[in-house]
Amino acid sequence: MRPFKYTRATDVAAAAKTVSTNREAAFLAGGTNLLDLMKEGVAKPSELVDISGLAFSKIRSSGNVISIGSTAKNSDTANHALIRRNFPMLSQAILAGASAQIRNMATNGGNLMQRTRCTYFYDVNMPCNKREPGSGCGAMEGINKGHAIFGWSDKCIATNPSDMSVALMALDAVVKVSGADKKQRSIAFADFHRLPGDTPEKDNTLEPGEMITSIDIPMSSAGMAANSYYLKVRDRASYAFALVSVAAAFEIKGGSVAKARVALGSVSHKPWRCDQAEKLLTGKSLKDLNDASLRAAVDAELMDAKPLEHNGYKVELARRAMVLAFKRALKSEVVA
Amino acid sequence: MSDNFPELVDELTADEAELLEEVLSDLGESRRKFIGQSSTAVLGAVVLQFLAKRTALAGEEMAEFVPLGDEQAVKVSFRVNDAAKSVSVDSRMTLLDALREKLALTGTKKGCDHGQCGACTVMMDGRRVLSCLTLTAQCEGRSVTTIEGVAKGDVLHPMQTAFIKHDGFQCGFCTPGQICSAIGLMHEARNGELSYVSKDMRKTAASITLSDEEIRERMSGNLCRCGAYPNIVAAIREVHTGKATDPMAVIFDMSKEGSDATV
Ligand SMILES: Cc1cc2nc3c(=O)[nH]c(=O)nc-3n(C[C@H](O)[C@H](O)[C@H](O)COP(=O)(O)OP(=O)(O)OC[C@H]3O[C@@H](n4cnc5c(N)ncnc54)[C@H](O)[C@@H]3O)c2cc1C
Ligand code: SF4
Ligand code: FES
Ligand code: FES
Repeated sequence: MRPFKYTRATDVAAAAKTVSTNREAAFLAGGTNLLDLMKEGVAKPSELVDISGLAFSKIRSSGNVISIGSTAKNSDTANHALIRRNFPMLSQAILAGASAQIRNMATNGGNLMQRTRCTYFYDVNMPCNKREPGSGCGAMEGINKGHAIFGWSDKCIATNPSDMSVALMALDAVVKVSGADKKQRSIAFADFHRLPGDTPEKDNTLEPGEMITSIDIPMSSAGMAANSYYLKVRDRASYAFALVSVAAAFEIKGGSVAKARVALGSVSHKPWRCDQAEKLLTGKSLKDLNDASLRAAVDAELMDAKPLEHNGYKVELARRAMVLAFKRALKSEVVA
Repeated sequence: MSDNFPELVDELTADEAELLEEVLSDLGESRRKFIGQSSTAVLGAVVLQFLAKRTALAGEEMAEFVPLGDEQAVKVSFRVNDAAKSVSVDSRMTLLDALREKLALTGTKKGCDHGQCGACTVMMDGRRVLSCLTLTAQCEGRSVTTIEGVAKGDVLHPMQTAFIKHDGFQCGFCTPGQICSAIGLMHEARNGELSYVSKDMRKTAASITLSDEEIRERMSGNLCRCGAYPNIVAAIREVHTGKATDPMAVIFDMSKEGSDATV
């Protein structure tokens, strides 16, 4: 591991300044992703600014949003009364990720910022455009079973593994960030992570030195609390990254779907919002929701999927997982 | 390349001597001999010689091997098993390595060193965490409990007793991590915390009683190469529910294992 200077941040602006001035510096939160990558020689920061002591660990109700602090732990977030009551699907998604120990260490900001990646990214002996721009993509010609079926480019086909982010996408969250010059920005969740295009080294739209301070979820999304579900499908029952995951949430009013929110995980470089499916489900009377109509919504979404050599199964898996997640979200509301 | 080296001084403070030890740590046998015979001034020369040799041998690779300047050294004061400790370490040193190499607490095991197996699980301020993905530097002011600290003197922790009773291990390598993790699990259940298999996220309760499915899900961060899982679950169930069970019963129960798995 490359030697680095370790400092504890006491002030956001100063921490942001350090990281924006020294392009080799990085924020350290729980360390569960960064330290792992440093041990593999994939990340080589010369300086770590530990932000875990900054005052961003609160989860609170503020006006018409629930604001989730960036340095709050994943486990504390999933178990917080405000989250359980208003956004149970977010609790589910967080709890579907990693292990109890890792969730006790991992922070919310770190979870969103964990690298979009694949096993070739970890292996410094393999080409990887994300790790080393211009070196090629090991996975494209290699084994791409876990890779993207949406939005990939010829430069990178990796998927974003964050479970939490899939739920946040469906809950219309907003990411609040603070920069070196104390400039604050709000980024709609759909604009936070990015597709690889020609610059797969960039996972998201943060500027150097910008720090996530909170993730805000509008209370309007709490209307979907009773009819929401996060389904994660993986190679083993627990403690594995998703092959495909689905966040599905509905607001039911007067016997029909007033609002539908659907997002897929592990199918793209970013959490994948399913506009097509949402459109077809919105306004539907519950009476008309059955296997055939749910399936039609799913098929409309998956029509544009572009599987790679080894991951064609993901299209069918996503199809079945989406229908199942819809049914679990709608519970007794639909006749299966 | 000597420009990269801090100025050598004749008199080393205790901390500096410790750092020097760190730098020299892979000289092995010859290092021990040297330290036995040498004054600290000579040690300075040893460092230079050692580095020159290593550079000649390893070429490029050595570029990343620089002696600890003030920038890379961190002093950390924390509590380990209820005793105040203060260590001076390379900023790169994980809590796992500090426990094992600096504090001679070798109960905590290094399995994968990448957060994937749970062998290194310890408690930090009462919550289970992975010491292999924690920098020692992050432990300032914290309180760490390792497997060496869970018993009260000669009285084993109930979880240790239950693991013995139910044969919750074979080789024992994963066991310190399993036990620390299980103790953490108990606290979490007592606080009413959820898991992915909990039936209703919105239903809150002060404390919850866990099914075997819940125990398995909550322990999924601890792998056991020997496959002692059914016995581990039996041990945890016994301590968690307070109901003693017959260790033999699990053998007849194994056919049911996994039958209620989700998804
Ligand atoms: C074995 C294993 C299994 C896992 N399984 C899953 C899984 O199934 N699902 C899942 O979703 N995740 C999984 N993870 C990933 C885990 O969730 C992340 O590692 C964790 O959420 C990262 O949070 P952290 O606080 O530890 O981040 P760190 O490792 O401290 O930081 C990660 C990155 O984020 C940056 N950063 C941190 N905080 C901020 C901030 N506030 N503003 C700007 N930048 C910031 C850091 O500079 C760094 O680049 C797994 C991890 C491991 C090790
Ligand atoms: S898919 Fe992306 S991360 Fe994986 S090897 Fe290719 S460029 Fe690297
Ligand atoms: S050694 Fe820490 S999880 Fe394996
Ligand atoms: S007892 Fe051998 S690894 Fe668990």
